[in-house]
Amino acid sequence: MSFYVVQFLSGLASAAALFLVASGLSIIFGVTRIVNFAHGAFYMLGAYVAFSLTERLSGTLGFWGGIIAAAVIVALIGVLVEMLLLRRIYRSPELFQLLATFGLTLMVEDLAVLIWGPDDLLGRRAPGLRGAFDFFGQAIPTYDVLLMVLGPVVLGALWLLFHRTRWGVLVRAATQDRDMVAALGVNQKWLFTSVFALGVFLAALGGALQIPRDAVNHTMDLRIIVDVFVVVVIGGLGSITGAFVAAVLVSELNAFGILIFPKISIILVFLVMAVVLIVRPWGLFGKPEAAARQTPGLAVQPWRPLSSQARLAFVGVLILAAALPLLGSNYALIVGAEIAIFVIFAVSLHFLMSVGGMASFGHAAYFGLGAYGVAFLAKLAGLPMIACLLLGPLLGLFGAIVFGWFAVQLSGVYFAMLTLAFAQIVWSIAFQWVDVTGGDNGILGVWPAALVATPARFYWLALAITALSVVVLRVLVFSPFGYALRATRDSGLRSEAIGINSKRIQWTAFVIAGTFAALAGALFAYLKGSVFPDNAGIALSVDSLVMVLLGGVETVSGAVVGAIVYKALSIWLVSYTELSKLVMGAVIVLLVVMFPKGIVGTFDSLIESGRLSFLKRGSSRATQTEGAE
Amino acid sequence: MRRQGGLLGIVLAGLTAAAMTTGVTTAAFAQDEIKIGEINSYSALPSFTEPYRKGWQLAVEEVNAAGGINGKKLVVVSKDDGGKPADAVTAANELVSSEKVVMLTGTFFSHIGLAVSDFAKQKKVFFLAAEPLTDAITMSKGNRYTFRLRPSNYMQAAMLADEAAKLPAKRWATVAPNYEYGQSAVAVFKELLSKKRPDIQWVGEQWPPQGKIDAGPVVQALAATNPEAILNVEFGPDLVKFVREGNTRGLFKGKSVVSFLTGEPEYLDPLKDETPNGWIVTGYPWYDIKTADHDKFLKAYQAKFNDYPRLGSIVGYGTIKAAAAILAKANSTDTDKLIEAAEGIKLDSPFGEITFRKSDHQATLGAYVGKTAVKDGKGVMVDSVYRDGKDFLPSEADVAKERPKD
Repeated sequence: MSFYVVQFLSGLASAAALFLVASGLSIIFGVTRIVNFAHGAFYMLGAYVAFSLTERLSGTLGFWGGIIAAAVIVALIGVLVEMLLLRRIYRSPELFQLLATFGLTLMVEDLAVLIWGPDDLLGRRAPGLRGAFDFFGQAIPTYDVLLMVLGPVVLGALWLLFHRTRWGVLVRAATQDRDMVAALGVNQKWLFTSVFALGVFLAALGGALQIPRDAVNHTMDLRIIVDVFVVVVIGGLGSITGAFVAAVLVSELNAFGILIFPKISIILVFLVMAVVLIVRPWGLFGKPEAAARQTPGLAVQPWRPLSSQARLAFVGVLILAAALPLLGSNYALIVGAEIAIFVIFAVSLHFLMSVGGMASFGHAAYFGLGAYGVAFLAKLAGLPMIACLLLGPLLGLFGAIVFGWFAVQLSGVYFAMLTLAFAQIVWSIAFQWVDVTGGDNGILGVWPAALVATPARFYWLALAITALSVVVLRVLVFSPFGYALRATRDSGLRSEAIGINSKRIQWTAFVIAGTFAALAGALFAYLKGSVFPDNAGIALSVDSLVMVLLGGVETVSGAVVGAIVYKALSIWLVSYTELSKLVMGAVIVLLVVMFPKGIVGTFDSLIESGRLSFLKRGSSRATQTEGAE
Repeated sequence: MRRQGGLLGIVLAGLTAAAMTTGVTTAAFAQDEIKIGEINSYSALPSFTEPYRKGWQLAVEEVNAAGGINGKKLVVVSKDDGGKPADAVTAANELVSSEKVVMLTGTFFSHIGLAVSDFAKQKKVFFLAAEPLTDAITMSKGNRYTFRLRPSNYMQAAMLADEAAKLPAKRWATVAPNYEYGQSAVAVFKELLSKKRPDIQWVGEQWPPQGKIDAGPVVQALAATNPEAILNVEFGPDLVKFVREGNTRGLFKGKSVVSFLTGEPEYLDPLKDETPNGWIVTGYPWYDIKTADHDKFLKAYQAKFNDYPRLGSIVGYGTIKAAAAILAKANSTDTDKLIEAAEGIKLDSPFGEITFRKSDHQATLGAYVGKTAVKDGKGVMVDSVYRDGKDFLPSEADVAKERPKD
């Protein structure tokens, strides 16, 4: 019996660590609507700074002073980030801030290694809290007891802050309706900055408190960020109590789950999230999101099909691209094929995000399913390449049918997180089902047929499929189906009222996007010759999001440019620089500042506003204003 | 959005042009140099790959100081794979097509090693895998183009099982990261130990995800199975967390612990004064090796970098030394000649003479087995003995059974 009590308490200690970080994320999201990908980076910085301070300061006071000081220092860094970077992009399309914080995360990882070196660092133990209590023969570390107490204390303090201070009232008001708060004359700028600082403070404190239990290292950020998102979503966005309950739930299920299924940890949080979101679409303590209120009178440029000149230009570019084998080396062709494949992948997500208004955080699932589909057919069934390329993506299609049905019942960030959960389930099946998928050692020897084995021919194949995919998706955008899909995106209620079955339309769009992603995955398997669980991993899902956001989410085909820029840049940087993450992150941050609507999106608005009129061909057309919600 | 296409066209054209110039610039061919390609997870795993890089840099310097490879200068072109197999294949393509390297070397993670070895087989390029431990690379997924330097999972398990069999403990529990490396390390160790000691019972196992161990509950769950001995395969930050919780909760008290790789400075040094006492580990006690071969290496390394070597340094140094020896013996850059030269070649390493076995292309490099202890607030290995890899290779019969015929 005492064992189960101690196991429960161990779970509570883990929950406290998770809760601190999650509460910060939840507060930031609630008010600013920023999906702060850099939250894990702030957590890691908190640990690194606390390590440096506690190594220099001695004694009990030195230790705790160091922890608090570290959290404050990192919170100040957070304030700088908010004021210099995020303030510029609050008016950008939804999720665009994710791109900026992703860039920051990349930079912080390399900077941490530059400043603190590559070795894992062992932080000091808390003075006087090194040992353990004896509880009927079981040991409870004293530091765990401190964490167990700290969790509820922070929860209580936050409650008081939000319910008993004017600032807290404003924050809660902004969480519910920030436009109304602004209308009432509250200075949003400082409200946002202070909220961001508090959130970062909590993340850094969470990190700093880990130094007596963990090894400080440069992978801490990614280790925690996804779990924290999951906890926030299970609890319900913006709900601190929800985050606390979710942290306890997840930690306890893990602590007891491993007694029965020792391999459960790898997937547990995602299973919990999937179940919770299917049963309660807004998390345990969340409320339905109020319909986003767009600024009235905003000039929306309606999408139009390409003009005949633009079509000619497209064909011209295609011919130019097809001529690459005449000029480029084999390596350039292989890179070209990879970029082409990522164009398909990005365009498929773009279709879902910008046309359907559904941002998926787990689009790699379908890419991975396509790759595994090909690998199974080629290696297990021994089918020829043509058959594999045609049939392999069906696995992705099937996955999209199943997962899509559940996912389209939700919207916004909840939709995004459910797709992430599904992607992680796909990933862990690929990772764990060693007999079939080969586990993380993957499936080797998936090479293209002799007919397209040369780099030039494979490049042409990839380019042809890419061009076809882009054209098909564009045709869909301007088909009656595309109009219906855009209607469900712009106003669910109105589209239902005119007889559109919005869930059916969204589901269809999800399946289409998933199938194209699977097609990209199928080609990718042949390009690389092997298939690994990575092909359905979070990193790839993030890459696809970055490509779409970089291109511009409010455009028809911005993802094409986003994919080319991002992929070419990352291949080039990894090959030619030592600090590829630092440079990549800096470039992304710069692009975010320069192109606050994405690269293509910003160019478009510049052209429309006449500032780049030399690019504007033909007679200028009066800007149409579309009635916004 | 009528004009987007035109604009898109301009951007696309610019980028295509940029993509074209990438890689077109093939490096000038020098008749008097030989290029080797090297790929590793530099940005993903700097704690291992930084010393590794220093190791091979020292080797290149030594090879060239000694007259290069039959008079030609040795050049190593090094690429980062970012910890992703797909990026490793891109890098391999670049090295082979653009840089025109004569062989590929390197890699750390098993899946990346396998991806590159399959690439080598497809493109008929010689590949010397440095670090990946998976048995598959020389056994079930082995191919004639791939050689491997480090003692495999099987070999390390065999070394540790030998020691474990001498322990009185009968109730064993295991903890390992939940991926191929951890799974196969546990499986091989269990098989070998149970063969030597049929009286042993396996009472519990824990499989935390790599990099994300929730150490408190894991330690508690292990203790609940009441084992007399524990096999640990955790490493890196996971190991630190596991050891800290285990120490605090008294998990290791009165129990024997056998642990993979823990004696390597990369993993032992971060534990500092919290290093547990008396674990039986494989590793690299650089401070304690008194052989002429190693002395020479140690002096040169410390003189060049003003730092002590980690195991990664040995692996990096050994890889390039082996590559150079194979190139010199083949006296050709033809892949078939390289394979022929590598099979059975004898060469010196800081751990003494090694060779690559013909049947599975595994090197006979060994490892040190010893016990952990704390000295002056630092973790060290004591009572270390060198276990020569040639005594722990999988049997020829197993190789014949598992390895695909070329």
